[in-house]
Amino acid sequence: MSTGATKSIDTGRQPGTPTAASAKARGFVAPPKLRRPRHLGWLVMTLYLIFLLLPIYWLVNMSFKTNVEITNTFSLWPNDPTLRNYRVIFTDPSWYGGYINSITYVVMNTVISIAVALPAAYAFSRYRFLGDKHLFFWLLTNRMAPPAVFALPFFQLYSAFGLIDTHIAVALAHCLFNVPLAVWILEGFMSGVPREIDETAYIDGYSFPRFFVKIFMPLIASGIGVTAFFCFMFSWVELLLARTLTTTAAKPIAAIMTRTVSASGLDWGVLAAAGVLTIIPGALVIWFVRNYIAKGFALGRV
Amino acid sequence: MNFAWMAWTAPTAIFFATIFLILVGMGVWEYARPGGAPRVGILRFETTRGDRLFVSLLGSAFICLAWLGLVGPNLWWALGLSLVYAVLVFRWV
Amino acid sequence: MDRPTNQKAWFLVLPVLLLVAFSAVIPLMTVVNYSVQDTFGNNEFFWAGTAWFEEILHSQRFHEALARNLIFSAIILAIQIPLGIVVALSMPRKGIGVSICLVLMALPLLIPWNVVGTIWQVFGRVDIGLLGHTLEAIGIDYNYVRDPLDAWFTIILMDVWHWTSLVALLCYAGLVSIPEAYYQAARIDGASRWAVFRYIQLPKMNRVLLIAVLLRFMDSFMIYTEPFVVTGGGPGNSTTFLSIDLVKMAVGQFDLGPAAAMSIVYFLVVLLFSWIFYTVMTNFERGGQ
Repeated sequence: MSTGATKSIDTGRQPGTPTAASAKARGFVAPPKLRRPRHLGWLVMTLYLIFLLLPIYWLVNMSFKTNVEITNTFSLWPNDPTLRNYRVIFTDPSWYGGYINSITYVVMNTVISIAVALPAAYAFSRYRFLGDKHLFFWLLTNRMAPPAVFALPFFQLYSAFGLIDTHIAVALAHCLFNVPLAVWILEGFMSGVPREIDETAYIDGYSFPRFFVKIFMPLIASGIGVTAFFCFMFSWVELLLARTLTTTAAKPIAAIMTRTVSASGLDWGVLAAAGVLTIIPGALVIWFVRNYIAKGFALGRV
Repeated sequence: MNFAWMAWTAPTAIFFATIFLILVGMGVWEYARPGGAPRVGILRFETTRGDRLFVSLLGSAFICLAWLGLVGPNLWWALGLSLVYAVLVFRWV
Repeated sequence: MDRPTNQKAWFLVLPVLLLVAFSAVIPLMTVVNYSVQDTFGNNEFFWAGTAWFEEILHSQRFHEALARNLIFSAIILAIQIPLGIVVALSMPRKGIGVSICLVLMALPLLIPWNVVGTIWQVFGRVDIGLLGHTLEAIGIDYNYVRDPLDAWFTIILMDVWHWTSLVALLCYAGLVSIPEAYYQAARIDGASRWAVFRYIQLPKMNRVLLIAVLLRFMDSFMIYTEPFVVTGGGPGNSTTFLSIDLVKMAVGQFDLGPAAAMSIVYFLVVLLFSWIFYTVMTNFERGGQ
């Protein structure tokens, strides 16, 4: 196959920087006309990344400044770098408690979402049953429905069950949009596994639960990982429902940020430091799923 | 378990009971005549019974809203109009 | 189409059904109940009939919020979809650059929404923000707290910053699924850059673009936290979108009845759009196979 041949030549040709490598590889495979857009492409990409990183840089920059420096002087980097803002957060339980609360309900939500979505996604990808299409659409509408619509009765609903201000309440509330999402993504990944595998396993005498755990789940392990990432992400970034359902004991960090700032006036430095700390968990997990992010966003359907 | 906060009223209870009965009815119909009678109607894509029901219900909701917004509070007329609309949907969509 | 029929599959779906029924159906029923009644607190309700619906449907405030939200969604789609495609086309295809780009691009997607708001609230301030300060330094009178146009500019820029990467990542996933042989064939035919895009790359991206449009429309239509943190819906009501207005009504003024009626109208609009998108998408997938 000529494709394979050219590809191996390309990879053999890769020298130092990615810029040079890619441009050279392109020049070899594609016509000369494509060369100029590649350079243009690097310009576009660089500008776009600068645009993405500038606001984040500004937040990081602020988090290392003293409040005096933030309000009185305008500087592109901290003239008098300080760790005070971070120290405030790590020594005050009401601050770092917020992180623990957020992580707790996010993890709970991820576990619940995946546990219930796995069998459902299997059912959707393998069988036809009464009302399957409409059930699937109904799940989708829950992902699309504005949380503000549900926030109204949620407080009463969770009060009736005595769940207000608990982690499980937020975890359950976030299932509203995470379970449909998990079913969608998992269904996409499962549909990529040939059905012959199921049939062979049943012929070999595997029971359904054993087949599912021993054979099927390892096959879609990357799909489960991506789904976990997405559940984590959407539970982590959501605030409206999380804030509605908590008062003190389970309050998420993002809500503590807004409250503390309005109460204590303008502690910009601590605000910025808290913001930076909310970015870090996300940044850490992205690295592990970077090659699957797009597939997950496409609900497993690329 | 206290459900007073849900603030049920007779009309809304009847409304949801009706929706529930329609869904059960559709289930029975599907069980008796499986396949959902798919066909390509005037919307030019394939619809099954369930799709037609959904189009009817959603359309009826908008008919009622339009009636409230443009005509007045007497929803019985809007309900009648919705029924006519639903029949048309089941016949031609 | 070749999936076997098996009604026992219902048992596998049952947990999802119960969970979502708890968190979606019961609240939705409650909203419907609220929407036809009036309350003064203490769980005492009085029959109000369709009065709230009439009020909402005739209310200037609702029409304006709906119009603002539709305009906002339209602007967002008009900017993010083309920009996302351009960024995806500019992505490197090999080497460590791919990973770096993917990670950096995904970064804004994982920031809690109110932190996104805070970042831009700070970034746009004339006294301490880089954007506001720079704009003022080059002589532009910019103040998103006072001027509605500046507020819109800030919020749209923020949303572009926040979500364009999603469109780009989706398009990128579509692009990498194109076999190299297609490009070679195009080269042999002497196809122009535009022809390659129009007849090879765009058709491959169709499906993911549809998902991108669906997600971006829905999420911009329910946007709440980010603009609320930046502008609080102001100046005046100039950035009060539907969700902001709804929360203001329900929590701020405790008008449960009107808020519930508005929720239902809002939900029906969302339902209509999801159904249209979903129908187009499934028919597209069926046609593509």
